[in-house]
Amino acid sequence: MSDMTAITTILKQILNGLQSGSIYALIALGYSMVYGIIMLLNFAHGDIIMVGAYLAWLCMVRFALNPALAVAAAVAGCTALGMLIEKAAYTPLRSSPRLSLLITAIGVSYLLENTFQLIFGAGAKTVPPFFNAKNLSFGGVVLSSNAIVTIIAAAVCMALLTLLVQKTKMGKAMRAVSEDMGAAQLMGISINRTISFTFAVGSALAGIGSVLYCTAYPQADPMMGSMLGLKAFVAAVLGGIGSIPGAMIGGLAIGLAEALVSAAGLSTWKDGVVFAILIIVLVVKPTGILGRSLNEKV
Amino acid sequence: MTLLKVENINVYYGNIHAIHDVSFEVAEGEIVSLIGANGAGKSTILKTISGLLRTKTGAITFKGENISAAAPHLIVNKGIAHVPEGRRIFLKLTVEENLEMGAYTRRGAEVPEAVEAVFSRFPRLKERRRQVAGTLSGGEQQMLAIGRALMSKPPLMMLDEPSMGLAPLLVEQVFEIIKELNGSGTTILLVEQNASMALSIANRGYVLETGRIALSAPAKELLENDAVRRAYLGS
Repeated sequence: MSDMTAITTILKQILNGLQSGSIYALIALGYSMVYGIIMLLNFAHGDIIMVGAYLAWLCMVRFALNPALAVAAAVAGCTALGMLIEKAAYTPLRSSPRLSLLITAIGVSYLLENTFQLIFGAGAKTVPPFFNAKNLSFGGVVLSSNAIVTIIAAAVCMALLTLLVQKTKMGKAMRAVSEDMGAAQLMGISINRTISFTFAVGSALAGIGSVLYCTAYPQADPMMGSMLGLKAFVAAVLGGIGSIPGAMIGGLAIGLAEALVSAAGLSTWKDGVVFAILIIVLVVKPTGILGRSLNEKV
Repeated sequence: MTLLKVENINVYYGNIHAIHDVSFEVAEGEIVSLIGANGAGKSTILKTISGLLRTKTGAITFKGENISAAAPHLIVNKGIAHVPEGRRIFLKLTVEENLEMGAYTRRGAEVPEAVEAVFSRFPRLKERRRQVAGTLSGGEQQMLAIGRALMSKPPLMMLDEPSMGLAPLLVEQVFEIIKELNGSGTTILLVEQNASMALSIANRGYVLETGRIALSAPAKELLENDAVRRAYLGS
């Protein structure tokens, strides 16, 4: 192998890593934001992506709608589903022990997976492309337009999210609630509305992640959310759960790690490496790269 | 005119009966002080008024309206601001963002105006407006907590142990501020362990003992009452 092709391979793998990393980051944001505000590891979050993929498939294949409408339906459907799950399953447990919430989240995850398996069967459905992917060539390096669209879309989403959280009244309320729920109520902030909004934003990002995931792996199947969700969860823990920039960094890091493991010819070890990272983080620095220290919560 | 009326409230923490048939009133323009030992139920009463805790029986009326079942964020909107024990400012938000949160129920140009009003009252906060609140000193944090409560322009402000953890000079400053606020028209309900300080600026006082009102009188009389002096004023 010549030096040139080696460099090309590495560049391509880095791009692949950034592509899947952007998707993990979008999903990890939902995990982290929800954990930040109600200390819940929402294990149903991954399955929202699965629902998004089915919505895109339904729109384009069953109803033969325009791909743009399918994207809108997937994002809107995921947003609504996230809010519905919060209202129906988590709000009634607001003052219950956190373990009850966690078990409920796992229950919601199984409910979604099995409901979709019941309705659509266990087999995978092929999601048609949203746009005509082309390979772009830069001086001999061939890049897929899917990867570039994914990276740009995720970057735009993350920039908008940062603006939302840092600059808007609702974003500041989210930060206030996540720091001290009681004091936030004394300011006149509605806890229910703020939590609901957090789920909406996190689920909308999952919906976008779901569409972007389908551009790379154009399939919808009932179990697709569980591995994707777990990896995004590892990304959130790696970045420091509860931290928004942490989720972004963690997502990209996990994507790159996977790509580099594959580039080294060890692609069967890809998943193993991700979970090894989880174990190492939990042993060495459980608060993650940017996480708050555990004793900070008063 | 009576602004706040608490009638025969009973409050429980699970099975523990924390507040027994407590009744008291705060009239418009007054400073009323609740004093009592640690664990007597002072903070519990404030939390119940602001809706963080619920009464089992009894009624709390504010401006003639029963608020005992209202959600905390709606109670703020009705005009009661609560500066909680330990200040509980948002340490990771900037000074200015903390103030904006205090004005959460208000909109538009009112908010920056209120921020400026707080800054002119507490110039130290203006200097530190872009700093995260966690970097402020204890005294500055207390100013911020009071400033944040002022942002909703509350007719009634409830302060829980505003002197806690502050150096004596700062304690005097805080009580000076409370007097000033009262002078500019804010009714004050003050909970304090520092009973002599609290009674020295109050119009009336209530003494709480294990969740019951043991005594109520004008503040001056309480300051001279032998039992109160022995139990709470250390003389």
